[in-house]
Amino acid sequence: MSEPVRGIVVAHGEVAQALIDAAARISGETEGLVAVSNNECGRDEIARRLEEAAGDGPAVIFVDMPCGSCFFAAMGLSRDRPAVRVVTGVNLPMLLDFLHHRSLPPADGAIRAAEKGADAIRKT
Amino acid sequence: MPIRLYRVDDRLVHGQVVIGWGKPLGIGFIVLVDDAVQASEWERELYRMGVPPEVELIFAGVQEAADHLPGWRADARNGLVLTADIGTMADLCRAAPPVPRVNLGGIHHKPGRSLRLPYVYLTGEELELLQGLAKTGVEITAQDLPTTQPVGLEALR
Repeated sequence: MSEPVRGIVVAHGEVAQALIDAAARISGETEGLVAVSNNECGRDEIARRLEEAAGDGPAVIFVDMPCGSCFFAAMGLSRDRPAVRVVTGVNLPMLLDFLHHRSLPPADGAIRAAEKGADAIRKT
Repeated sequence: MPIRLYRVDDRLVHGQVVIGWGKPLGIGFIVLVDDAVQASEWERELYRMGVPPEVELIFAGVQEAADHLPGWRADARNGLVLTADIGTMADLCRAAPPVPRVNLGGIHHKPGRSLRLPYVYLTGEELELLQGLAKTGVEITAQDLPTTQPVGLEALR
């Protein structure tokens, strides 16, 4: 069986850990997601934190905004690693779905998560 | 319109720059001065994604920026000049005066740097470079966002 894909949530302030805590409360899953904050770090340091969190295996990186230091670091890491994909605009529904589909290849998991996340944004 | 902000921020284009400063100052164009970014199409494309369509993002090396600064200062729009490090900003100040003030917005920890503020770490050489700029009449303040208090160079020693 192939290695389950790791999810990394990288975001401003404490957003990443808060989303992961909320996902664990809802799903009961306490593994599979790792938080990275950009608190008090420049481009080099956030890239280092992200690389450490990702390890050498397959991963999907969930970023809060499609720009800025978190996004830049995520794109840098995924640039030469096909098994590392990036999804922006992270939200809780996409993380919950990802937790139940960690056996998918990262590219497929990323597409699925992005679709689920987008589908959760509705105007009533 | 003058250049409204000369900022040193090692994250370059990010939320504090585009939203935090860009919105209240009514910034119409950002000049990103960095030789490495200027040479990398991949990096330029990523940074473009971080800027709203109504704001022009201009990439320039140091010398090119110095050559064009008089024109940018005369632009009808409000401008913001951004460098990732103090050395580049100092080069620009020397090559294209006058730069009335420099904003230190994000210089983070690296080996050899020590904490001055949570978002400003400096080596002794960087502090000396800033003190040298101040002696030429450039006002140096650290301020991450317009809503926070500026901190003068004296407090960063």
